[in-house]
Amino acid sequence: MQIPYVVDTRPDTGLYNGKLGVWLFLASEVMLFGGLFSAYVLLRMGAPVWPRHALNVPMAAMNTAVLIASSMTMVMAWASLKMRQWTRARGYLAATLFFGAIFLVVKFFEYSEHLRAGENPAHSMFFAIYYTLTGVHMLHLIAGMLAIAYFLGPGARMMRQAPEQFTNRIEAVGLYWHFVDLIWIFLFPTLYLV
Amino acid sequence: MFSLDHKVIGIQYLITGFLFLLFGFALMTLMRWQLAYPLQPIPFVGNLFGPERAPGGIMLPEFYNQLGAMHGTVMVFLATVPIIVGGFGNFLVPLQIGAPDMAFPKLNMLSYWSFVVGGIVMLVSFFVPGGAAQSGWTSYPPLADIMPIGQTIWLFGMVFLITSSLLGAINFIVTIVQLRTPGMTWMRLPYFVWAQFVSAFLLLLAFPPLEVAAILQLMDRIAGTSFFLPSGLVVSGQIVTGLTGQAAGRLASGGGNPLLWQHLFWFLGHPEVYVLILPAMGIVAEIIANNTRRPLWGYRAMVSSAVFIGFMSLIVWAHHMYITGMGTTLAAFFQTTTMIISIPSVIILTSLFVSLWGASIRFTTPMLFALAFLPMFGIGGLTGLPLGLAGSDTQLHDTYYVIAHFHYVVAPGTIFAMFAGVYYWYPKATGRQMNTVLGTIHFWGSFVCMNLIFMPMFLQGLGGMNRRLYDGGLQYLHNAEFLKWHIPISMAAWTLGLFQIPFLLNFFGSIKWGTAVGQNPWNATTLEWSAPSPARHGNFERPPVVRRPAYEYSVPGAPRDFTPQDAD
Repeated sequence: MQIPYVVDTRPDTGLYNGKLGVWLFLASEVMLFGGLFSAYVLLRMGAPVWPRHALNVPMAAMNTAVLIASSMTMVMAWASLKMRQWTRARGYLAATLFFGAIFLVVKFFEYSEHLRAGENPAHSMFFAIYYTLTGVHMLHLIAGMLAIAYFLGPGARMMRQAPEQFTNRIEAVGLYWHFVDLIWIFLFPTLYLV
Repeated sequence: MFSLDHKVIGIQYLITGFLFLLFGFALMTLMRWQLAYPLQPIPFVGNLFGPERAPGGIMLPEFYNQLGAMHGTVMVFLATVPIIVGGFGNFLVPLQIGAPDMAFPKLNMLSYWSFVVGGIVMLVSFFVPGGAAQSGWTSYPPLADIMPIGQTIWLFGMVFLITSSLLGAINFIVTIVQLRTPGMTWMRLPYFVWAQFVSAFLLLLAFPPLEVAAILQLMDRIAGTSFFLPSGLVVSGQIVTGLTGQAAGRLASGGGNPLLWQHLFWFLGHPEVYVLILPAMGIVAEIIANNTRRPLWGYRAMVSSAVFIGFMSLIVWAHHMYITGMGTTLAAFFQTTTMIISIPSVIILTSLFVSLWGASIRFTTPMLFALAFLPMFGIGGLTGLPLGLAGSDTQLHDTYYVIAHFHYVVAPGTIFAMFAGVYYWYPKATGRQMNTVLGTIHFWGSFVCMNLIFMPMFLQGLGGMNRRLYDGGLQYLHNAEFLKWHIPISMAAWTLGLFQIPFLLNFFGSIKWGTAVGQNPWNATTLEWSAPSPARHGNFERPPVVRRPAYEYSVPGAPRDFTPQDAD
């Protein structure tokens, strides 16, 4: 017997296995970042003072725009695959990767600016939670970029051999990518604005 | 080694888990020597541990603390969960729902090997300078923040184990939702599958907060932050400073909060208890239905109780924290939810008891263990009620009463269910039966010893004996009359070890000498018995079609006293 519903959807649930798996994984990710945000709230409530406007808002605003753009190219990649337009799909995937890289570069400049000013994780509770939250987010972003790079490189063979399954995989990666994007949408106001 | 077949991975989990169970037991036998005969050299093996752990064979307090912390860690994260979820769950869930395999076989293999790596990391931590983690399996800061490097390694080990559990949980849920064979509706699922389903959700949602806690503690230990270090913390007369030489938890940013760790830890810690007990109840339910030759009494009530336990277990965690000074308002909330969660547990236990009522019971070896599970878990559960109420917990907290309580739940509870499961499904995995005489010796020996070990601990705890003292409490007068109880308890613990020898002989010997049996030796109804023993890769020739609920035993007018789920 073969494992059913790897590619096609099960009629009564309307899902293929991978899609349900990714949604469940994202549920656990919600709990992960939920825990981190709760820790942030608790530590901030207990702090006698909390620095405001200690971070570079224009840089982070730019990064927000970059990530939103990357989510759009990610959807376009999946849509192109649905229409079996291989070349366009690859272009959109590469663009997503490019936007991800820009985010990392901007973040690198931000980090080094703070570190030069002596604002390392041990500097204060604010920077401790700042580095932890953005660091965990960045690890997620890098993991997403590795997945996309895989589907552009060695994983791309499947594009022509099993197009439907490949499209499903890009959809799953896309769900994860949008989630990482969404986390940033929460991080930006929490850390930079309020 | 790197098989993708769920049955092979399940057996790998089971055997690795049992090895860790033995290892955790060995750690405990050393502790029991120290408690029974404090400050006397450990016989036979005392000189093996070296001067930094046990000079002259006499155990140092630091070494005792390592043994204690690692006994808990190994038993919970490396033995019980891997056996009952990784082992039994992997082996049985696809078979019981009529699926060819788990939904993601490669992910399944990955979670097994991630568990193995996590286990090795934990073992290695004994050999680093300063030894293994010694802040208890709960790793409470600020103590854990300032302990030697072993604690860092413990945290890395936990990251691997958490990853393993998360991947496994996703796999179980997808398998149960997506791969049920035609006709296998939710209310026809065997109870064991339901128990695994709820457990998987608990692992999925409760482990990430522990991962958060581990990340924050790693930051404290490596990057010099002070998430869990309050400002002005004084240890041994000196203010604790971070890596950079600054006083930890400087006022400018607000001090850290040790309670934050406890909240994050117990948010996992309590659901974890139900991860340990729900699949055990599942195993016991299967065996009781089969050996009473009757349908489970109150199947629907049992299923809804399990689901309700799942929800409630996420909002009871702070009942572990009554004496931390978190306030009476929170305590009132958490003791209310704790009293509520005891109701579904009692419903399940009652249903299992009523299932026995008036049945002609077959006293097979698995049934002996399953029957013993009921009162043992009952004792463990009911003695938990005083701990769930803030008033009585103030008296009992951190005493041997707590040890007795949760060991009654997991040792003669969950571990007995595991033994029952091994005896029951052994023919499915190997095609042979285990020996009944050896099994009976194993059962009665274990049953008597378990009670001799844990029953006196209730009295010691009521006498006020603290659970964390490495000499058992020699210097305290208030429980001096209970000190002598340590000796018979330790004797019983070592004897319990001896009574596992028949089990090991039986387990490995029956592969060769066990009586060969057909695919359904117990005359059972669930789908795993419709596959060959041992089943080959892919399990079934074609998808079985399910036509009836899981436990159609003794149906009036049926040709036999059992009707398999897929029979015409």
